Amino acid sequence: MLRGRAFKFGDDISTDHIAPGRLAHLRSNLPELARHVLEDADVTFASRVKAGDFIVAGGNFGLGSSREHAPLIIKLAGVSAILAKSVARIFFRNAINLGLPVLICDTDRIDDGDELEIDLAAGAIVDRTNGKELAFDKIPPVMLAILNEGGLIPYIKKYGGFRL
Amino acid sequence: MAKTLAEKILSEKSQGDARSGDIVVAQVDLVFVQDTTGPLTIDEFRKLGFERLANPKKTFLFLDHAAPSPNHQLSSDHIKLRQFARQFGCRLYDVGDGVCHQVVAESLARPGDVIVGADSHTVTTGALGSLATGMGSSDVAVILGLGKTWFRVPETIRVVVSGDFKAGVSAKDLSLHLIGRLGADGATYKALEFGGDTVDRMSLSGRLTIANMAVEAGAKLGLLPSDEITRDYLASQGRAEHYRPLSPDAKASYEQRISIDAADLEPTVSRPHTVDNTAPARELKGIKIQQVFIGTCTSGRLEDLAVAADILRGKQHHRDTRLIVAPASRRVLLEAIAAGHIQTLAQAGAVILPPGCGPCLGLHQGVLGRGEACLSTANRNFKGRMGSPEAFIYLASPATAAATALTGEITDPREVL
Repeated sequence: MLRGRAFKFGDDISTDHIAPGRLAHLRSNLPELARHVLEDADVTFASRVKAGDFIVAGGNFGLGSSREHAPLIIKLAGVSAILAKSVARIFFRNAINLGLPVLICDTDRIDDGDELEIDLAAGAIVDRTNGKELAFDKIPPVMLAILNEGGLIPYIKKYGGFRL
Repeated sequence: MAKTLAEKILSEKSQGDARSGDIVVAQVDLVFVQDTTGPLTIDEFRKLGFERLANPKKTFLFLDHAAPSPNHQLSSDHIKLRQFARQFGCRLYDVGDGVCHQVVAESLARPGDVIVGADSHTVTTGALGSLATGMGSSDVAVILGLGKTWFRVPETIRVVVSGDFKAGVSAKDLSLHLIGRLGADGATYKALEFGGDTVDRMSLSGRLTIANMAVEAGAKLGLLPSDEITRDYLASQGRAEHYRPLSPDAKASYEQRISIDAADLEPTVSRPHTVDNTAPARELKGIKIQQVFIGTCTSGRLEDLAVAADILRGKQHHRDTRLIVAPASRRVLLEAIAAGHIQTLAQAGAVILPPGCGPCLGLHQGVLGRGEACLSTANRNFKGRMGSPEAFIYLASPATAAATALTGEITDPREVL
């Protein structure tokens, strides 16, 4: 069971909002880069987010670059899952490959600061603040298998290849 | 059963019958990283414990995003990539060689290849009929070691373009128009497959532009057929033997079909801060621009520089608008020197940068300050992309960029032709 607070973001949050190119020199210094996570969307986010919290975004989250540093520093900042109306393709693969769940759901039903509980296996999100329950889309089986191993690196180390 | 280009190539490379919606494991023919995604890929490759590359002759490293390096941290990343190339016996293209996608188009991509790069604009060489897409460092690290990866065979949106562009209108305007119509997530997880008589006649340079921009509609692939224009291009790059014809089956099944009459298009601009926020250039007259940037894997080829040089020949850029030009590769730079374009652009007051990505991602060489506006021929205008999050980026064609450099405000190029 995942528990934490919701940090709301709007539509089209790009990888440049999350980990901008002007900080490319910090990509080999991930703890420092993580202090700037989502800086261009909300400068206070990095200092307020706590372990277990959730990003709750609108549509097309993570559009843009293939830089895996974007989901990586979100994970390093303590975020336990990303909830969004939709997610860009490369970001989706990258997040799952790092063992960071991305859940597609109707995020309009969650307000900023709400306390959430998420049961990944049961497919249920409970908003403790407003008492609402909402479902999320099934994660495609191949991605769920990778997520269940904690990401692509542990998955490949365990199986030596892809088992579809 | 009739197949789309994506289904054809993925069937061949997975040795099966790949249909949209299927998950397949496919052989990867060519894999590459660049200097801002490569270091993490190397870390993950080492974590995986691989002792060798699956295919060292088909693995490439590019130093293009920070070329040459502007600071010691990125220099350390470059050292790491050079050492990796030496240790594992793969080729590294060093600073000055050019933007990875342009070099892949010139020297490496073959029609029908599956190409994966640790860069989202890897879709660019879909222009040669390659199944080319971007992935992150973990996926690419696994491909380095195993030589294959999994794909979801995408549904395809068929885009048919017919008729002739009007003067001042080009492939870039077609792309911006299409993305404005589809939306920035209108093709997410899907392939955009281009055809029609306009595309059949289009140069490889223009084809690379429209394949490159496919990802800005969320697409996983931007695919074009491999035909006589592809054959002539490959021959011009000294690799005629890499040609094979490739086209979708006439009765292939498409999720959606979009028809565009090229004659209806006009010079188009994407406004801040999303690529789908498009408007005709003429409606944006009066917006002052402090920097014009002509270059990148989208629009930094010889044809693009020629268009800009024609507009700027014998003239000077506006005194309040700096003009920055970066050829997409060393080959483009040399050809542009030989053709006189570099001389023309420099005489018009342009700063000529080395081949590379620099300003496009705000890394160096033209970083925007607070409140500044840039009109760029690149592919992205996200908030903060070229520097300050309080700067504004407009995207347009090389013709619109050159016209804007002359007047200091967004200008429909038909006003200066």
